[in-house]
Amino acid sequence: MEAGIDGSAAPSPAPRFAVTTTTRLSSVGAIAAVGLVGALVVLPAFADRRLIQDLFFVLTMLVLAQSWNLLAGYAGLLSVGQQAFVGLGGYALFALTIMAGLDPAVAVVLSGVIAGIVAVPTAFIVFRLQGAYFAIGTWVVAETMRLVLAQVKQLGGGTGTSLPPAVTGAMVGLDTVRRLFDVRGSAARDVIAYWMALTLAVLTLGSIYALLRSRRGLALAAIRDSELAAESCGVNAFRTKFFVYVMTAILSGSTGALIYLQKARISPDAAFSLLDWTADVIVIVVIGGIGTLEGPILGVLMFYALQTYFAATATWYLMLLGGVAIALMLFAPRGLWGLLSERFDVQVFALRRTLLTSTVLDEEAGARTSEKP
Amino acid sequence: MALLETHDLTAFYGHFQALYGISLTLQEGETVAIIGANGAGKTTFLKTVAGLIKARPSAVQFAGEHIGSRPASDIVRRGIALVPEGRRLFPSLSVEENLLVGGYVSRHAGPWGLERVYQLFPALAERRDAPATALSGGQQQMVAIGRGLMSNPKLLLCDEISLGLAPIVIRDIYAVLPRVKAQGTSLLIVEQDIIRALSVADRVYCFQEGRVTLSGHPQDLTKDAIHAAYFGL
Amino acid sequence: MVGWVDTIVQGVLLGGLYALYATGLSVIFGIMRLVNLAHGDVMVLAAFLVLVLSTAGINIIVAAAMVAPIMFVLGYALQSLVLNRTLGRDVLPPLLITFGLSIILQNALLELFAADSRRLHVGALDTASLALGGGIAVGIMPLICFLMAIAVIMALDLLFFRTALGRAFRATSDDAETAQLMGIDNRAIYAIAMGIAFLICALAGVFLGARANFDPSIGPARLIYAFEAVIIGGLGSLWGTLAGGIVVGLAQTIGAHINPEWQILAGHVAFLGVLVVRPRGLFPRAAD
Repeated sequence: MEAGIDGSAAPSPAPRFAVTTTTRLSSVGAIAAVGLVGALVVLPAFADRRLIQDLFFVLTMLVLAQSWNLLAGYAGLLSVGQQAFVGLGGYALFALTIMAGLDPAVAVVLSGVIAGIVAVPTAFIVFRLQGAYFAIGTWVVAETMRLVLAQVKQLGGGTGTSLPPAVTGAMVGLDTVRRLFDVRGSAARDVIAYWMALTLAVLTLGSIYALLRSRRGLALAAIRDSELAAESCGVNAFRTKFFVYVMTAILSGSTGALIYLQKARISPDAAFSLLDWTADVIVIVVIGGIGTLEGPILGVLMFYALQTYFAATATWYLMLLGGVAIALMLFAPRGLWGLLSERFDVQVFALRRTLLTSTVLDEEAGARTSEKP
Repeated sequence: MALLETHDLTAFYGHFQALYGISLTLQEGETVAIIGANGAGKTTFLKTVAGLIKARPSAVQFAGEHIGSRPASDIVRRGIALVPEGRRLFPSLSVEENLLVGGYVSRHAGPWGLERVYQLFPALAERRDAPATALSGGQQQMVAIGRGLMSNPKLLLCDEISLGLAPIVIRDIYAVLPRVKAQGTSLLIVEQDIIRALSVADRVYCFQEGRVTLSGHPQDLTKDAIHAAYFGL
Repeated sequence: MVGWVDTIVQGVLLGGLYALYATGLSVIFGIMRLVNLAHGDVMVLAAFLVLVLSTAGINIIVAAAMVAPIMFVLGYALQSLVLNRTLGRDVLPPLLITFGLSIILQNALLELFAADSRRLHVGALDTASLALGGGIAVGIMPLICFLMAIAVIMALDLLFFRTALGRAFRATSDDAETAQLMGIDNRAIYAIAMGIAFLICALAGVFLGARANFDPSIGPARLIYAFEAVIIGGLGSLWGTLAGGIVVGLAQTIGAHINPEWQILAGHVAFLGVLVVRPRGLFPRAAD
């Protein structure tokens, strides 16, 4: 240590800090994820149609689950009205393809945008409510949309309508796929829908992950813990929640468009079904683990297994779902992933911000310099 | 046998420990004061005795019974009432309704009832139908004390009843305490105003960071000793 | 002209039914900030219980008197055994539990009674009506229903403002922790409150079943009407809930008068409209 001008020892260097989120598991997870996505892309070459359709279901439910989870688990906005945007997206797709003659793939994207635009005024309405009443408010919005769209005769009114062959046969890439995998038209459509769903799922996970790692994501976590404290730190809670609400609407709308493109048939009751697009989604998220990115993935897989095994008797299956929801809330409110991550303290998606102090940083720097030739 | 005894009482807020083994006794008819700086654990102690915070059953003994783990609604029935910090009156209820709610628990009949409380605090009688939170700070404190008395407690816990009040009002409120004592109620008061506490108490405890740092009769305690115990120097 | 007056009268009476739906919801939310998503299904359950008894030959009023205490006990049990375990700041558990309960109730009733439409018959009162002159007539049952709504609210008023239990309710609603210092066990209070809500649901269920056909699936829609009535009326005010019910009833009948397909939509539009211009409702409680 050098002596200072007045004879005192030089002050020790100011402590340095850095924030990191990477962990060993997350790095491994990232590599594995890329591999998995690659495998999923080429899957249609080997898999039968049934598997492709099942995967389509899993992927679209995953997007819906991640959306609902983002809204409820991260922004604290419990919605029972996600079906509003699913249905809106589906109807937008039908309108854009049937009435405006757009290519289905383009229409899917635009439907998401339309859902996002409609979400803006509805946000201003439902944000006037809190907690459980906010939830029912979103439900009323969904019901209103259902009733309004049931009045639109050009789209089938109360009984709904189907996509004409002119539309289903016009999807870009249809011929290529038919030749590539040697399948009939409808199977080719399934493959394209599957790829679109895969793209959407990857985009969803990517964008949510990016959001949570950003400053806005930090704001979200703060709001979830204590809105008042967050606001006193300068977080604009309304704007943050509004952003998440619209983002979720866009994702749900795109998914709805995709789902109904694949089904090729829509009706108000189906498109705005509480059970299919909200209840099932909520059960998925809660089983898997609300407020985590890994949870909905686990949940979707579990749900898929449940549905495949039980689908036979509808009423008993639904009662089982209801019972599962109740049991989860009473005994395992943080879901499967919550139990796992608590026990083993793991995170696959690198989201936990760890503070690295000077000593650790110095060690790492030292290790790196010692490696230089 | 002492009326109230705590044995090595510890208390936690989640993982945060607020009390580190408080042993305190209070004899029937006594007035005991607890002094200490903010965060010393005084309010936590009263809340634990009152049952709002759980403790080991044997850590708190009242009239010979272990009450440490009993819930607050049960402890009131046994004869301990808390006048909470900040008064905590019910905003939807009128002055009289706040008092009546204090008497929700009908213990064996005692000296305190609505009329007796109005005699103690005549100002309240005039405003009995007003919403309780519309009154001045001093009057609200009177309602809070009256509400505590309505259950005819053997022991009244008072948490910082002088908080936020003008000196003249504090004087009026403390002037009432001897009349409360005269009816046979024991008092355990938490007070930031050391002079006030020393003048009214039979015995004093000083808390500092969750521990008892001093205890004794006011006349036996020197200013320096209190100073050291209060600030932990 | 007669058509419009008749529409308004019917709307007001329908409002009485919706107020009856909404009162239990309002009480629960006022005391414990909880919304029972199975509220509508509970009313349907009550209607089915009364149906079973009356099909067995029991007079419908007696049947209702028998079902009411049963419902009270069910509500008390639900709160003390299940919902009391989820008390706290988090909104999700009670919401999801009551949501699960809603699904279970609907499907259990479906298994027991199938999806057929049912109706409660009150004999001559089914179609009896009172002529008010000028060509306007009101059904006796809707009129009784409206008066029942008023009677229930008056009884609750009495309970809340004239009894010790009522004071305990209001104190717990204000500050549950300090209420405990008064010797009030808030778990018991919540259980009694839920029991009362279920009791009102029993009454509502009778009128639900007598007024129109019912089947296991109509619960959720009733929950929404009840919820709209509560929000329009303003949180914390029972008479406000009556007003809210009337607004929804009027909106629906006026909407139906213009175009029968617009009945329910008109109710939603009225609700959304009120939410935009008066977010706290028409008669909100001053302190909140």
